[in-house]
Amino acid sequence: MTAPAEFSPWTDPSAKPLIRFTGVTKRFGDFTAIDNVDLDIFEKEFFALLGPSGCGKTTLMRMLAGFEMPTEGLIELDGQDIAPVPPNKRATNMMFQSYALFPHLSLRDNIAFGLHREKMPKDRIAARVDEMLKLVQLEPFASRKPHQISGGQRQRVALARCLAKAPKLLLLDEPLGALDRKLREETQFELMDIQEKTGTTFVIVTHDQEEAMTVASRVAVMDHGRLVQVATPAAIYETPNSTYVADFIGDVNIIEGKAEPGDGIMGIAWAEGQPNLTGASDLTLASGATVFMAIRPEKVRISAEKPEGAANAVAGKVLDIAYLGNISTYHVELPGGQVIKAQTANTDRIARRDFTWEDAVWLSWSATAGVVLER
Amino acid sequence: MRRALVIAVPYFWLLALFLVPFLIVLKISLSDTELAIPPYTPTLDLSEGWAGFRAFLAALDLENFTFLTTDDLYWKAYLSSLQIAVVSTFLTLLVGYPIAYGMARADEAWRPTLLMLVILPFWTSFLIRVYSWMGILSQEGYLNQLLVGLGVISEPLTILNTNTAVYIGIVYTYLPFMILPIYATLERMDASLLEAAEDLGCSRLSAFWLVTVPLSKSGIIAGCFLVFIPTIGEFVIPSLLGGSQTLMIGKVLWEEFFSNRDWPVASAVAVILLLILVIPIILFQRNEQRQREAEGK
Ligand SMILES: Nc1ncnc2c1ncn2[C@@H]1O[C@H](COP(=O)(O)OP(=O)(O)OP(=O)(O)O)[C@@H](O)[C@H]1O
Ligand SMILES: [Mg+2]
Repeated sequence: MTAPAEFSPWTDPSAKPLIRFTGVTKRFGDFTAIDNVDLDIFEKEFFALLGPSGCGKTTLMRMLAGFEMPTEGLIELDGQDIAPVPPNKRATNMMFQSYALFPHLSLRDNIAFGLHREKMPKDRIAARVDEMLKLVQLEPFASRKPHQISGGQRQRVALARCLAKAPKLLLLDEPLGALDRKLREETQFELMDIQEKTGTTFVIVTHDQEEAMTVASRVAVMDHGRLVQVATPAAIYETPNSTYVADFIGDVNIIEGKAEPGDGIMGIAWAEGQPNLTGASDLTLASGATVFMAIRPEKVRISAEKPEGAANAVAGKVLDIAYLGNISTYHVELPGGQVIKAQTANTDRIARRDFTWEDAVWLSWSATAGVVLER
Repeated sequence: MRRALVIAVPYFWLLALFLVPFLIVLKISLSDTELAIPPYTPTLDLSEGWAGFRAFLAALDLENFTFLTTDDLYWKAYLSSLQIAVVSTFLTLLVGYPIAYGMARADEAWRPTLLMLVILPFWTSFLIRVYSWMGILSQEGYLNQLLVGLGVISEPLTILNTNTAVYIGIVYTYLPFMILPIYATLERMDASLLEAAEDLGCSRLSAFWLVTVPLSKSGIIAGCFLVFIPTIGEFVIPSLLGGSQTLMIGKVLWEEFFSNRDWPVASAVAVILLLILVIPIILFQRNEQRQREAEGK
C-alpha cells in the first residue's frame, strides 16, 4: 500500500476483531429474534446497525451488554467468550433506547453514577461530570431531575452517562433520534471526535441512514434477525447486494426483468417491445431467470431527445416534479406504467426548468450506473 | 359555585365525622368526673343564656391533663406504645418488603392472584383472626405442638401473653398495609433502570440498594405510616395476645372509660394520643403529596 493507511481492518485477514459473533441465534420462545449471525467488529470501528423496527437491533446490542444470552453460538470480546461475564463486569456501556435515567437522581448524579462505581476520587468525578455536561450542553440543568427536562435533553443525559466511563465498547441504541437536526449533526461530529481521541469502539443503532452514512466506518443492514449486508457506507450505497438493501438505503429505482446473460454484461428483458436494459455484471444466471436492476435517481439522466450511445434509454412522460431546492426529482411514467425517478441538480435558477408535467422525455444511464441484482 | 359545592362535600364530612367528635372529646377532657349521667360536669345549659355559657366555660380546666403527668402509668404507656409501634412497624417492613418485591417480580399473569392472596385475610373478621392466633401461640397451641413434635424444643414456649405475641399479631394484621403501597411503587418501576445500573458497574445487590430501594421510598414511607399510626392506639391485639406487662395506651384508655368510668381522664388520654399522632399524619400527607408532585411531571 502506498497511500496513507486507510482504516479498514476488515480487509486485513490477520487483524483480530474486538467482537466476534459466531453463529449467534437468539430465540424468545419460538420466535427467532437473531438468526445465525456471524459478524466481526474491529477495534476503533464506528459500526452502525440499520434495519426496520423489530429486526433485532436492540437484541443484538443487549447480547453484547450482557442482558440477553445467545440461545446458540458464541460471542467473543477480545478473543474471550463473554457469556459468563455479568453486565457489570463487561467493559461495555450501553445507552438504552428508553434512556433508563434514574428518576431519583439529578442529572449530575445520573452522569456520575458509573464513575462512583469505579471508586474514582471525588474531584475527578466532578471534573469528568462537568466535562460531560458541557459536551451535551446541559450545564444549566445539572441539578434538575430527569422528569424536569425535555425528551431531547433526556436523550443527551443518557448519552453523557454512558460516555462518562469511556468504556472500550460503547453501545448506542438510537442515541440521537430525539434531537433536532442541528444538534444531531453537532453531536455526530462530537461522537466521531470522541472516537478519534479515545479509540473507543462504537456500535450504534440508527433509523437515519444519512446518520449511518456520516458517522459509520461500516454499516450492517438487518432484516428479520439476519444480517443482509455488512459493508462500508459507500459500498452499501453503490453496490448493494440485494434489492432489500438498495431500497433500504437511499432512494432507488428497481426494474424487474428476465436475464439474458452476456460476457461480463447482463441483458435484462424488462418490457415487451422494448430494447433490453444492460448492466455490467459478473452474475452467472440462467437465461430467463428473474433479475433486477437497481438504479439511483441521481444516476438517471433526463433529456428531451433520445441520447446517442447510451447503454440504456427509455421513453416516458413526466408525471410529477418534486422541487427540493438544491435538486429536483422527476417522476417519469414508462409505457408499462412503471414510474422511474430521475434527479437533476438545480445549478441554474428555477425559472429555467427544462421539463414540465406531461412532457415526453427520455431517461438514460450507462451500463455501470445501475446494479444488477439476483434478488 | 358548583366547584365550591364539590369542595364543600369532603369538608362537611370531615367536620361532621372528625372535628365535631374531637371537640366533644376535648370538652369532656376539660371537665370533672361526677357520678351521674353523663358522668362529668359541667354540661352546657342553654336555657340560662349568656351567663350560663360563661359559667360553663369557667368550670372547664386542665386538671385532667395535670393528673396525667402525676401518675407515671400514662407516660409509660405512651412511651411503651410508641416503642411497640416503632418496633412492629420495622418488623412489618422487614417481612413485607420481600413479599412486595417478590410479587412485583412475579410473572405478570400471577400478580392479580398474589394481590388477591394478600387481601384475602380481610374477608374474615379481624377478631376471629386474632383469636386464632391465640390458638396457635398458646402453651398447648399448634406452634408449640409442631415444634415439640419436630423435636426442635423439649418444653413448650411461652409466647401468648407476652410482647412477642403482640408483635406477631401486629405484623400479621398490618402486613397488607405495608405490602400494598410498596408493591405499587415496585411494580411501576422500569426494569431497564436496573439493567442500566448493572451496565454502569453495579452488582445486583448494590443496584438494589442504589436504585430499587430509593425508588420504592415513597411506598416504604406510606406503608410505615399506615402501620405505625393505627398501631400506637391498638387495643384489641395487646388485650387479647399481650400479657399483664404489655402496656399500651389503647388498653389504658379502655380501662379509664369502662373500668374506672372516668370519662374526663380517658378523654384527656385520647386528646394527647391524637396530638402525638398529628405529627406522623402530617408527615404521611406530605409524603403522599410529594409523591404526586414527582409523578405529576
Ligand atoms: N424479551 C422479549 N421477549 C419476546 N420477544 C422479544 C423480546 N425482546 C424482543 N423481542 C422481539 O424480538 C424482535 C426484535 O426486537 P428488537 O428490540 O431487537 O427490535 P429493534 O430492531 O431494536 O426494533 P426497534 O427499531 O423498533 O427498536 C421483536 O420482534 C421483538 O418483539
Ligand atoms: Mg430497538
